[in-house]
Amino acid sequence: MSMNSQGRPSTPVATGSQHDTETVSGSKGLYQFEPLIFETDRWGKTGVDLPKAKGTKSRLGGVERAGKAELPGLSEPETVRHYVRLSQRNYAIDLGLFPLGSCTMKHNPRLNEKMARLPGFADIHPMQPQASVQGALELIDELATWLKTLTGMPAVAMSPKAGAHGELCGMLAIRQALISRGEADTRKRVLVPASAHGTNPATAAQCGFIVDEISADKRGRVDMEDLRAKLEKTDDVAGIMLTNPNTCGLFETDIKDIADLIHEAGGYFYCDGANFNAIVGRVRPGDLGIDAMHINLHKTFSTPHGGGGPGSGPTVLSEALAPFAPVPFILKDEDGFRLVEEAEEEAKESFGRMASFHGQMGMFVRALSYMLSHGADGLKQVAEDAVLNANYIQAKLKTVMTPAFDGFCMHEALFSDKFTAEGIETIDIAKALIDEGYHPMTMYFPLVVHGAMLIEPTETESKAELDRFCGALESVARRAAQGDDTLKGAPYLAPMKRLDETQAARKPVLKWVPPAPEQLAAE
Amino acid sequence: MRYLPLTQEDRADMLSVIGANSVDDFYTDVPESARLPGTVPGLPDHQGELAVERYLTKLANKNVTASESAFFVGCGAYKHHVPASVDMVIQRSEFLTTYTPYQPEIAQGTLQTLFEFQTQVAEITAMDVANASMYDGATSCAEAAVMACRATRRKKVVLSGGLHPHYAASTKLLCEAQGIEVVQLPAAIDGELELAGAVDDATACVIGQSPNVFGTITDMTPVADAAHEKKALFVSVFTEAVSLGLVKPPGEMGADIAVGEGQSIGNSLNFGGPYVGLFAATQKLVRQMPGRLCGETTDAEGKRGFVLTLSTREQHIRRDKATSNICTNSGLCALAFTAHMTLLGGKGLRDLAVLNHEAACDLADALEAVDGVEIITPRFFNEFAFRVPMNAADALQGLLDRDVVGGVRASRLYPHEDELSNVIVCAATECTTPEDIAAYASALKEILS
Repeated sequence: MSMNSQGRPSTPVATGSQHDTETVSGSKGLYQFEPLIFETDRWGKTGVDLPKAKGTKSRLGGVERAGKAELPGLSEPETVRHYVRLSQRNYAIDLGLFPLGSCTMKHNPRLNEKMARLPGFADIHPMQPQASVQGALELIDELATWLKTLTGMPAVAMSPKAGAHGELCGMLAIRQALISRGEADTRKRVLVPASAHGTNPATAAQCGFIVDEISADKRGRVDMEDLRAKLEKTDDVAGIMLTNPNTCGLFETDIKDIADLIHEAGGYFYCDGANFNAIVGRVRPGDLGIDAMHINLHKTFSTPHGGGGPGSGPTVLSEALAPFAPVPFILKDEDGFRLVEEAEEEAKESFGRMASFHGQMGMFVRALSYMLSHGADGLKQVAEDAVLNANYIQAKLKTVMTPAFDGFCMHEALFSDKFTAEGIETIDIAKALIDEGYHPMTMYFPLVVHGAMLIEPTETESKAELDRFCGALESVARRAAQGDDTLKGAPYLAPMKRLDETQAARKPVLKWVPPAPEQLAAE
Repeated sequence: MRYLPLTQEDRADMLSVIGANSVDDFYTDVPESARLPGTVPGLPDHQGELAVERYLTKLANKNVTASESAFFVGCGAYKHHVPASVDMVIQRSEFLTTYTPYQPEIAQGTLQTLFEFQTQVAEITAMDVANASMYDGATSCAEAAVMACRATRRKKVVLSGGLHPHYAASTKLLCEAQGIEVVQLPAAIDGELELAGAVDDATACVIGQSPNVFGTITDMTPVADAAHEKKALFVSVFTEAVSLGLVKPPGEMGADIAVGEGQSIGNSLNFGGPYVGLFAATQKLVRQMPGRLCGETTDAEGKRGFVLTLSTREQHIRRDKATSNICTNSGLCALAFTAHMTLLGGKGLRDLAVLNHEAACDLADALEAVDGVEIITPRFFNEFAFRVPMNAADALQGLLDRDVVGGVRASRLYPHEDELSNVIVCAATECTTPEDIAAYASALKEILS
């Protein structure tokens, strides 16, 4: 029995009327109202205790800031409350299933967080003498070995800072290879399937390539006829960017033929490794004929997504592209590990430098911790359970929703909006899922499927959780099929109702501005 | 396997619901020659927490940390104190384990902090608008260069001789891939103003840095004026965000784009990453910016809320016409930055900057008193360069042998500038103690005598 103060048991009392849902404070039960930090009275104050300045003679030479940086400084209790309250407006994997397709939202083991915070990794400087960071270089080298072994590729560039940065690395390596062949000015065309992530065409364009879109066939794979047609002219082909398993959650059955065709045309094969989780430990991309592939450590190897990064995108390279890898990279000789930081001598063919320093060390530690924990056997099980979970969802929902393609899927299940009644859209289903306590699936992607709903459960969900999720989604899908109009107003139970994105874009307000004096006077 | 909830029984049940015999059925699309018969050869099997922790701790212990030594390394990353509450904030599950805020109704926590972050960055750089973060300083600088070319429809950028060589290299790489001409001015301790003479009618932007890689601070207003006269843009770079509390910020010098490294505020050294690129611009250029932008709006009931906005600039909508290919940025590092900045406030940032400057002045006084040392940075914030009458690499090794991590030899950044072979770049911060400075000076005295 729960007891109130003075030992009185609390008993529910029927009042006969519903309490008003609006409150004076703006808070509701556990939900606390929280303004912007700029709407506090902490202007001109600070929440840190710093030693008093001594008044030493300045060596600034007069290059001083004229206007003060005006920002409030909150005390620690206020700061902690601010962020804890705000955190409670976020959905997260630690709260529940996060079925965002192509994002691989899996559990983030806490051991990895602990390891990344060891001072020997977190409190070392990228430019301190290399003799004083041998353990760090060894860790990066060890992680590189795991990545090369798991992918069956001979080389890996560790410095790319996210998936799209890894794509940039791969495509710049291809560009550099073409330069070395004297064909960079003629080979400008990069084939990209219509189903690709937006980063693929954006990356190709950033490297000065021209994007040539190839269509998907009825089975959701690359249309081989279209590909062959696009490769009739070969002397302008730089390469292909292909995601495998693809964004429809399917393995490209013709991948080896695709690799052969692109190589025969004199181009290179860039594989987008965003969906590596489906095959890790079971299939080595190196056995499929690829030339480059980035690996999202923040997807397959579970470094936390952090609300939009940081990521990490090491990029494996074939023999043909390895000489062009970016600096810095690590070599081992009799004196230990050392960094090659300049694109000369042993790195003379390198395409150059991509970032400030050596890569996302904090993510490397977490990823290696994850790999060591799982081992070869555990990683294989990861892929198998991820694929099993996705197929289970597809099987449980295929009678109420419309699977986009026939047959088994890989790590994500893709549905179209064909089953919905007139007027009900994918977004309505997504928002209704929020009321059921779930983060929505990826919606309207890939573009090749109408009203796409892409569901990736990952391997870290239990069967009971999958059953609950399927039950919730099934009920929403049935309402969508029946044309239940109330779906259009969802979510009803989230901290906010649907937000007006059109208004936000029309007159962008991108920072807090102090209210005008007349407005203050009126309040 | 502690991270996998399915039991063998679950797996069997699920396979029967699906109508598959085994998981192998799901992999039949994989070419037969690429199907591994067992696990990937050459890798160990799974291990318990204790074993993994032991192994990684052993690797960590081989490194010399910034806190356990007299530490003076800068050049783009700085050892600062991070308040304990900052790390607590970024370890909140709801921030740590969530995604880019695509569903604003259940991501207001991330979105509001991004809005606050953007406001803070705009204020400390004295610019109109800031985005929701980039990967790091160097990649921000590269994106600023290509953005300037887009905005001006020109294809030439000029880099100062004091721009961090890693930033210069990253910028050259991206520019050259896009057919943009890059002019690099020769390495110079105090040469930022030379940019003013290097602008012509074809120039899209000039890129200068203050404090620069040698620590020199410069009022680059004349550079901005010269650029604007030719309808070019001025990009102002910084690698030490704490300097913005005391030193003339980009917006006060007429910068059109301000980019820099935000690691110093809220983030650990992490051997180079993850860090947080700061990216700010004038209002006029907002639609040319790369990366995520968070904006204010209202919900269906008129309540204030925040969403990602102006996404028609971005890769997921505009594909090959996007302003950048960036997708994932540095969300959690931006959160660490904004939490630390929320504690500091404008006053705290200035106080912190003053302490940093004083520490560097004390260090300069102590080193200058050593025979043979010549400080060559004329005006500085918390970092400066000095010459020693010997090879800088040998001097630094001698210092390391005496438990002083004395800084960066300039030759590591400029391997071909012979006249920099005896130059050391060193930094001091609020973490630097009088004992550290005394240890540095006495060790250097020993080495030079």
